[in-house]
Amino acid sequence: MTRIDSPAELEKLRESILSIRDPNKPCITLCSGSACHASASREVAASIEEELARLGLSAEVDLRKTGCHGFCERGPIIVIHPEKICYFQIKPEDVPEIISRTIKDKEVIERLLYTDPATNEKIIHESEIPFYKHQERIVFGSNGAIDPKSIDDYLAIGGYSALAKVLFRMSAGQVLEEVKKSGLRGRGGGGFPTGRKWEESRNAPGEIKYVIVNADEGDPGAYMDRSLLEGNPHSILEGLSIGAYAIGSNEGYIYVRQEYPLAVDNVMTAIRKAEEYGFLGKNILGSGFDFTVKVHRGAGAFVCGESSALMTALEGRAGEPRPKYIHTAVKGLWDRPSVLNNVETWANVPLIINKGAEWFAGFGTGKSKGTKIFSLVGKINHTGLVEVPMGTTLKDIVYKIGGGIPGGKKFKAVQTGGPSGGCIPEELLDLQVGFDELTGAGSMMGSGGMIIMDEDTCMVDVARYFLEFLTDESCGKCVPCREGIRQMLKILTNLTRGKGKEGDIELLERLSEVAGSAALCALGRSAPNPFLSTLKYFRDEYEAHIRQKRCPALCCKELIAYHIDPDKCRACMNCLRKCPSEAISGGKDLIHVIDQDKCTKCGTCFEVCPARFGAVGKISGEPVPSPIPEEARIIVRKSKQK
Amino acid sequence: MDNESIDRIIDAHQCEASSLIQVLLDIQSEHHWLPREALDRVSQRLQVPLTRIQHIATFYKAFSLVPKGRHEIHICMGTACHVRGASRILDMVEDMTGIKAGETDVDMKFSLETVNCLGCCALGPVMEIDGKTHGKMAPAKTADVLKNYE
Repeated sequence: MTRIDSPAELEKLRESILSIRDPNKPCITLCSGSACHASASREVAASIEEELARLGLSAEVDLRKTGCHGFCERGPIIVIHPEKICYFQIKPEDVPEIISRTIKDKEVIERLLYTDPATNEKIIHESEIPFYKHQERIVFGSNGAIDPKSIDDYLAIGGYSALAKVLFRMSAGQVLEEVKKSGLRGRGGGGFPTGRKWEESRNAPGEIKYVIVNADEGDPGAYMDRSLLEGNPHSILEGLSIGAYAIGSNEGYIYVRQEYPLAVDNVMTAIRKAEEYGFLGKNILGSGFDFTVKVHRGAGAFVCGESSALMTALEGRAGEPRPKYIHTAVKGLWDRPSVLNNVETWANVPLIINKGAEWFAGFGTGKSKGTKIFSLVGKINHTGLVEVPMGTTLKDIVYKIGGGIPGGKKFKAVQTGGPSGGCIPEELLDLQVGFDELTGAGSMMGSGGMIIMDEDTCMVDVARYFLEFLTDESCGKCVPCREGIRQMLKILTNLTRGKGKEGDIELLERLSEVAGSAALCALGRSAPNPFLSTLKYFRDEYEAHIRQKRCPALCCKELIAYHIDPDKCRACMNCLRKCPSEAISGGKDLIHVIDQDKCTKCGTCFEVCPARFGAVGKISGEPVPSPIPEEARIIVRKSKQK
Repeated sequence: MDNESIDRIIDAHQCEASSLIQVLLDIQSEHHWLPREALDRVSQRLQVPLTRIQHIATFYKAFSLVPKGRHEIHICMGTACHVRGASRILDMVEDMTGIKAGETDVDMKFSLETVNCLGCCALGPVMEIDGKTHGKMAPAKTADVLKNYE
């Protein structure tokens, strides 16, 4: 491959790529993101390749291993082009049938289609499925169309045209103005206006400046950055190069968690390809602009998602934050001006340049423009990544896109913003998602995790869970975070174990106040949020834990007991056989009884008891009924009476 | 781990002190833990004091200063897995293996770790053993999965 030395050559290359691509040639796209790998998409890919080879169709049918399509609940997903027939939860054994019937005979296989749970209707195309229909996938949409390892795929969808545009038709100042005008705000947490951050760096003194991609996605339950980096790495490189041009930087870094091996791999391949083609390196596209990118793998520390800590880690040291009286945009990596933006923020940049700030600002609300990718997870029917315009209501996300709560359970809360965020209750479901709207409700946007909780989730335990996470991840540099959060965790743990006492809530509030105002970095200052927001909306649960030693959600292990209802038990032996601690007595015709002293409360009996009996129940806040007399335990079965 | 393979890793990172974390990551991934001799060698070659290396090796989660068992069990404790009952899976695995999170058993069969999110939330609760994902776990299912490992 020869280097591309001008925008004209780039367009020529693009034309030649498109000219050899026949839009009518059958092509199978297979979701090959990390989540689908976990559900065996590699095996499906191997079996497609094998089957095509066996039938001698390898040259006539393309197989494209794309990034994440978003609908992880139903992965692995394949889409067959040009008809765009979409099949879900594909197993290797389905492959021969797909190839013989759908590829060769152009037939649709009903059983692999998506069934709308509301109407029972089979749906053929992705765009008609409710999960996708209500989304606006401007950033994430390309993931399903390109092979992340192929730069040609990216060029075929117009890749690097934004870079060519800024290098030849815009001044750095114009790029900056365009980004400012778009109203783009940081997608990683705080929502700082991107244009203003860039401007600060651009105006900061110093010859050497840096641009950095924050791909240290640490919020548990959030994986949209990984999916973008895995699925469309060139879009991030292009955005980063545009940012570098705007602020006058020639060196960039991608800080990516080593726990994301596929993302590391794909982005390394993308950098190598981009260098070969001349989109990175010296004299990019013949413009005289030089820009190189290095990948730094993060070794696993949540705090490194914080800007100053991340930069310290990049320098090869332990990633601890510092006070930011001077922004990192002015004094960051090696004390030089450094612009750090999140993966999704960078991915938005080429779109803004290509389609214009006004187009971008057309999506969203007053102060939150564009779209946002959320990872919709937890107790939800359609787990996956969803991209919606800012301003979409939580209700639409949970019910229209997410398909509601599984098992007919009742929605309780949605947790947003990771460990720095909070829980939003049912009465606020009409809230529009946006930076200021979520902050106003006591939570925050964060990087976009959206964890749905149902009636079985204990909110005190959720607060305890996040504080445990934060205690574990606190870097230990400042006292309010290191000691304060630890004490909060201690009290919350006591609460969930039935050791809470009057005054605990007030003490937690005081500790929250200190950590909230005195911790060194934003992670410490926001650490009390999970507690404060659950207290605000679910105070009754805290009080029940303290006063009645009762867990209303029947979740906290120390506060519940499992009990077999003698009227419902049909002595089927299921729980008795499965109980790992042999705590259940009974027999074939003998009603089962749990020995409370032996029970470890693992919940196995509750899970294996057939739904038609529903004999195993949970009890909290009241004593377990004493077992019925031995003679009453014998079941006389009708079939045996005959 | 011999000096030769450590040197190879160090040279791949141009022997730069700022690449210390990257060097340690490569050693960890090749060797599954960081032996003292390896750290001495890194300290000597990169001209970084051993105290700083120890600081890094204990600060970041990816590093282990003790050897690992034949099978590494990772239990996802991400929020999505948590609300779907991950802690009950952890309790069960701890019971069955007799070790707590962060430990390795005396026979060096299993090492048990909790991780914050594996990003396969649709499959939660998730347990990963030697890189293989076991999704939709339930306490009753853990025994069936674990007995496949020797």
